[in-house]
Order: sequence, then C-alpha cells, then structure tokens
Amino acid sequence: MKKIVLLLTSLMLVLTGCAKNVETDPNKPLAGTTIYVYNWGDYIAEDTIERFTKETGIKVVYEPFDSNEAMYAKYKSGAVNYDVLIPSDYMIQKLISENELLPLNFDNIPNAKYIDSSFKNLQYDPENAYSVPYMWGTLGILYNKEKVKEEVDSWDILWDSKYKGQIIMMDSVRDSFAVAFKRLGYSLNTTDKAQVDEAFATLVEQGPLVQAYVMDQVKDKMIGEEAALAVIYAGDAIYCMEQNENLAYAVPKEGTNFFVDAMVIPKTSKNKAGAEAFINFMNDPEIALNNTEYIGYSTPHAEAKAMLDEEVRNNPSAYPSKDIIDKCEVFIDLGQEMTAYYNDKWNELKASLR
Amino acid sequence: MNRKWLATPYLIWMVIFIVVPLLMILYYAFTAKDVNGTRLTFEHLMKSFDSKYMVALGKSFLYAFISTVICLILAYPLALILVKYNKGGSAMLFIFILPMWMNFLLRTYAWLSLLETNNGLVNTILRTLHLPTIDIIGTPKAIILGMVYNFLPFMVLPIYNALAKIDKSIMEAAYDLGANDFQRLLKVTIPLSMPGVMSGITMVFMPAVTTFVIPNLLGSGKVNLIGNIIEQQFLVTYDWGFGAALSLVLMIIILISMAIMRRNEEDMEGGAGLW
Amino acid sequence: MVKRGIEKIYLGLIMIFLYAPILTLMVFSFNNSKSRAKWGGFTLKWYKNMLHDPEISKSLYYTLLIALLASIIATIIGTLAAIGIHVMKKKTKTVVLNATYLPVLNADIVTGIAFMLFFVAIGLKLGFASMLIAHITFNIPYVILNILPKLSSLNKFTYEAALDLGAHPMQAIWKVIIPEIMPNIITGFLLAFTLSLDDFVISYFTTGGGVTNLSITVYTMTRRGIKPEINAVSTVLFLSILILLLIINKRSERNVKKMGGANI
Repeated sequence: MKKIVLLLTSLMLVLTGCAKNVETDPNKPLAGTTIYVYNWGDYIAEDTIERFTKETGIKVVYEPFDSNEAMYAKYKSGAVNYDVLIPSDYMIQKLISENELLPLNFDNIPNAKYIDSSFKNLQYDPENAYSVPYMWGTLGILYNKEKVKEEVDSWDILWDSKYKGQIIMMDSVRDSFAVAFKRLGYSLNTTDKAQVDEAFATLVEQGPLVQAYVMDQVKDKMIGEEAALAVIYAGDAIYCMEQNENLAYAVPKEGTNFFVDAMVIPKTSKNKAGAEAFINFMNDPEIALNNTEYIGYSTPHAEAKAMLDEEVRNNPSAYPSKDIIDKCEVFIDLGQEMTAYYNDKWNELKASLR
Repeated sequence: MNRKWLATPYLIWMVIFIVVPLLMILYYAFTAKDVNGTRLTFEHLMKSFDSKYMVALGKSFLYAFISTVICLILAYPLALILVKYNKGGSAMLFIFILPMWMNFLLRTYAWLSLLETNNGLVNTILRTLHLPTIDIIGTPKAIILGMVYNFLPFMVLPIYNALAKIDKSIMEAAYDLGANDFQRLLKVTIPLSMPGVMSGITMVFMPAVTTFVIPNLLGSGKVNLIGNIIEQQFLVTYDWGFGAALSLVLMIIILISMAIMRRNEEDMEGGAGLW
Repeated sequence: MVKRGIEKIYLGLIMIFLYAPILTLMVFSFNNSKSRAKWGGFTLKWYKNMLHDPEISKSLYYTLLIALLASIIATIIGTLAAIGIHVMKKKTKTVVLNATYLPVLNADIVTGIAFMLFFVAIGLKLGFASMLIAHITFNIPYVILNILPKLSSLNKFTYEAALDLGAHPMQAIWKVIIPEIMPNIITGFLLAFTLSLDDFVISYFTTGGGVTNLSITVYTMTRRGIKPEINAVSTVLFLSILILLLIINKRSERNVKKMGGANI
C-alpha cells in the first residue's frame, strides 16, 4: 500500500512540478533578480507574469490576498519582503501615512504617462508620488428589469418595502455604509459620529428588507434571479449582464464610491529597480489591455482603453460619464478609532437582524 | 528505559510551538500600547463582556451545541452500523471521511447552489414533484445544516473507533445474562463508547463555535458569530488585544465546560485529559 | 431483516447527504458557464485550463506536499508521544494533555496569527518551513486523540511479558504495542492529512514567498469569483484519492482473507 501511495503522489508532484518552468534571458540588466508581488486573487491575466520574466529575466514570486486588511496584517508583520503591493485606495493612503511606501522613480516607469490624467493626484495619493493606478470601477445597483419596472436612479430604491427580501447588500462595512451615507447626502468618509449613527439607523431600518449581505455570491444570485436588486461593482455587473439579459446596471444620482486599485512599492522592498520594472511592464499598452480584458474591470490606462472593443469602451456602466464620476468618492482611511467605531456599529447592525 | 521519555520530542515541540504562541496571545490580551509604552490592562477583557459580544458568543455556543447534538444523533447509529458490517478494511469508514477532502469552502458554496430558493437544485426537484419548497438560506437552519455537514465525519470517526474496540465477549456475556438488544445498547455499549463520544464532541463543538465561513455563506451574512468578530479584530480593526481577549474568554469557557462534563463521568480507564 | 433494510436506508441517506455537494461540484466542473446559477453546456475546457494555470498547479503541488509531510511527521511524533503520555503520572499527564488540546480549542485565526507573530519574533522568514511547522503542530493533537484511548485498552501485561522474555524495550514497543494500535495510527494519519489538505487560515498566516496551497487559492478568489478550474482540480484530486483508497482497500481485503478473519 505504501508503495502505491508514494508512486501516485510522486506522479502527481512531478506532473504539477512540470508547470513551473520559466525562461530567462541573461542579456537583461536585472536578469536573475527576484521580486515579490502581492496582489488580489485572480487579478492578473494568466500569462502576464510569464511574459514579464521572459522580457526582463526577473523572477516573480507571486502571492494573492483576499482583502486589503489581510494583506496589511501579513505585510506589517514583516514576514515577507514584498516589492510590489496592489492594494486599494484607502489602504494605500493608510500605508502612506504610516511611512510604509517608497516614492516612485518615474524615470524608471515611463509607461506611467499612459495613465489618464483624471486618475492622477487622487485623494489617497495627492502628490501622485507613491502609486500607479491599475484597475478601477464604480459601485452601483444591478437590477432585474423583469422585477423592477420603474427607473433605477437613486439609492432610495433599496429601501423600498415592495422589494422586501429581494435586496442584496454587500457584506462589507465600508461599502454598505457608503450606500447609506450617499443616500443621506453625506461623505462616505465621514468621521462625524452623529452621521455614522444616522447611517447605522437607516441600515437597521433596511434590515428586514435585505435578503443577504454577501460578497461574490451576488453574481450567482442575480444571474439565478434570486433577487431583484443588488449593490455590486461595475465589473461584476457587466459580467452578470452578459449572463442574463434581464439585468441592468445603474449608478445612482446621489453619487457613489469609485474604487481604485493601484501598484505601490513598500519600504521592505529589496529590489526597487525590479519593482519599478514590473510596474512599467504592467503599463505597457498591450499588457494593460490584456489584463483589462481578462479581469473585466475598468482601466485607467488611456491607451489600453482606446484599444478596447468599442462596445466596452462606450459602455456607460464600465466607463461612466464625467458628471457621474464627479459625484463619486474614493475611500480614504478613517484612522483606528473611527474604523473601530464603524465596525462596532456594523456588529450592532448584524446583531439587530432577525 | 521508561517509556515516558518517548514523548520527549513531542514535549519539546509542544513547548516551543504551542506554549510560546499561547503566551503571545496572553501578552496581547492583557497589554495595550499607548504613548507611554506598553502597559498591563484588563480593558480588553472587560470589553468582551459587552452585550453585543456576549450575544454573539451565546449564539455561537447555541448553534455549536445544536449542531453537535445533531451530529451525535446521526453519527452514533451510523458508527454502530459501520462496525457491524465491517468486514476487514475500513473502506466504509473512509467513504465517510472522503468528502472532507474536497475543499471546505467549495463544499459550502455547493450547498448554496443546492439550497437557493429559486434556482437551487433541491427546490427545482421539489417543484417538479409539486412539493412545497424550502427557503432556508440566510436562516439559522442553514447554518446548522452547514455545521453538521462539515463536522459529521469528525464525530463518526472517534465513535467508530471506540465501538470497534469493545470486546465482543462482553457483549456476549450481557446476552447470556439475559439482556435484550436495547438493554445491551443502553447499559453496555453506550457507557463503553463514552470516551469516543467525548472525543467526537470535542472535535465538533470547538471548531463549530469559532467558524465564520459557514455563517457568512449560508447565513447570508446576517448572522454574526464570535468567529466573525474575532476575525474582524485581527483583520479589520487591528485591535489584536481585544481579539486575543475574546479568544481567551472563549478558551476558558470551553475548558470549564469540558471539565464539568468530565466530572460527571467516573475515571475511565486511563483518564486522558480532555477524554 | 427489516432491521437490515432500515440500516441500509439510513446509510444510504447519510451518503446522499454527504455526497450531494460533492457531486454538484463535479457537475459544475463540466459547466460551460462560469456562473453556478446557469448551465451553459458541457465542456472539458476547465480541465484543459487547469493544467496550464501556473497558480493552480503550484497550489496543488504544495498542498499535497505539505499535507503528506506534515501528516507523516505528526503521526510519528504523535504516536511516540501517545505511548509516552500513556505511562505518565496523572498530574503530568493532565498538564501535558491540556496543553496539547490548546490548538484544537483555539479559533484558527488566533492560532494562525500567534504562529505568525512567533515566527517573526524568532526571525524565521515565512515560507515552506513555517507552514510545515504550523501544520505539524495542529495535526499532532488529533493523532494523539486517536491513539491514546486505544492504548488504555491494551493488555498491559503483554508488553511486560515481552520484556520478561528478553526483548529490548524498543523491540517490545515495535513488535507488541505498535501492531495493536496500527489501525489508530492510520486513522490518526488520515485525519491529519485531511486537516492539512483543507486548512486555510493557519496556512495563510504562516506561509509566504510564493508558497501557497489550494485553500488559500480558493479563498483569495472570493472577491472576484471562484474560477471553475478550481472545481476541475478538486474533482481530479477527489477522484484520485477515491481510486487510491479503493485500491488500498482491495489489497487489504485480500490480505485479511489470507490471514483468515477481520483484524481491524
């Protein structure tokens, strides 16, 4: 028995081990060096890393994370010396305020010129010194046209009792509070406890109408027509609409959150040149296009956007007009005390359900 | 050579990798950093007694308890049947362990596909048979189902082991002395299998109390259990002191309940810690 | 006879309950649509993709490697420990055992973070070694939990008789005790393997440098949606292990028949 176990296991190991070969070209200056990249799960085209290594000779050790916070916990522990991180807006701002990031040397990242100017100098990195945007998107309402016959243009519709049990909210403190804040007309980064309490109260009011607080299951639920309305990211909405033509997406008139995930270099980096080469490579128009098409979110890269299918480029869900963007806010870090306060309220909300 | 020295490699391992990390948890639970440096404090501990956390703790224990009881009720007869029909080789047993080798998250997602109200497979079948559909996603029932599903094999295994080692001659003796099947079960089998039952309860109850994936998925995010709250402290609010304190409270409650349970049974052969 | 029928039905129902989600997943691994909410037609493309996806191959490789190594090492250390603990004085025994169960008692995330902090404190860079150590540590209690009770039911005197007959203690242990507890050792090993295979939280916080496992890969996909290749990989893994077990079982059945009667 032991022999068979060993044989089969070694067979499996060999088979999977075979997939790890990678070419290197010794004529590249940074060839042979290594960089550690930490990114969202499933957030890069499948061949990008391979192509990068082929072109520069730099080996990439790639790790995925499933949330900004988990990334932060691991990063802060000093357990791994990451060279490139790709977190979201508010997390970048937090890292900047804690002096964790290295200013980028844009001479080494000439491709950064392709980034659309509306993505430069955003609130989380006002001097545009530490980050290069990677993907962005808006938060909006995905709805089923068969179940929702009226116009969807306001967050209020998620509080409409005729859709009781048909509403899906996000299982995320910031996102759900953002919806409540926007509905009440406040900033989604408010540190005013009275406003937070008000948002909390309105969410409690909504509680009985909500079918579920979920993350990625929202897609299957909407495609499967389990619900009428859902709060969702634009990229996911587009995917859902492709799968079920009864679905439509709208960004409410009160404005919403727009998120930006960007590439940064933490101070633990042991290969800054390699990291910058990576960021530069990711902004090569063809590579950026490839990544965008794979991921399905919106790209801040002007060239890549120009190369997209006309249908995608002109899709208002993916690339909303300027007046909608003007009403959108990026998340910024709230500081420890406020974060704890938001979180406490979130726990209270959950405790109040059923 | 005294056999007890065989345990030495383990003891060394244990001290380094179990005791020391535990001390770190205690450190975080009882200290807080502020402008003046680190100080000793009970504030984390005190905070855990706030009602919203106690409610979550209570719910977690309740669901874990219900799931454990259901697991026990389902597992015991199962183990009895498996032992009875075991003919050399524990293939049947492995068949019940096998599902655990499919990723936990994937299996839980699969339950979603099965149980969804409109589109789920179960309801689709029920509808074709003109039977009433079930709508349990987002309710405690779904969470308990998920827990039972995931932890059932952990209950079956030790009970099976315990039943398998019961000396057949004891059973025959009981029979000879005039006991019928039911009496034998009650007075001989069950008491003798107690160590296995206790072990099963331990392996099911504890992870059930701290699980957070199942309430998130099957509870549609509406039920906040202590596992979710602890996870938040470590990953969202970075209040590791509080997270550590909550875990400590949890640990102590469990240790106490285990100790009480043990006191109710007399010293079994080889009284073994939690056994 | 009715009893036999009821027993069979009961077994059958439990089997359906346990396997329904597994079969569902297998079916979806052939689904042409990425969404679990609709059937897009039959396809083998996820299986083809999975072989080319470096991330998935890597996770599979490490998952198996760590699970195998960790369970083997944990079984060895745990078996020796169980034998040793069994003969300890009551007080020491209780202390040791309660300490042993601490990883079992703690929420995964607490154990995971405690390990991470510990490794950072002693300067061990997170990677293969740290993940392996963590896995071994949480596996050992389960091995001990499986073996200890059986030791209590062994006939104490067989061991002593062996010593009396001139056997060296290690010989006596190897030839007398170990064969008696072998089924429990195997069960302990399997349990450890199962736990390692499926672990996410502890692995997440104790690994780094590109070492990952299947569970981490699956969890990190939850923001964007789980790729169907994962269903394919899981199906393959599951079926391989099933076939392996069936082969092992056939073999041991033959052995048992040769030895004339059940021994487990």
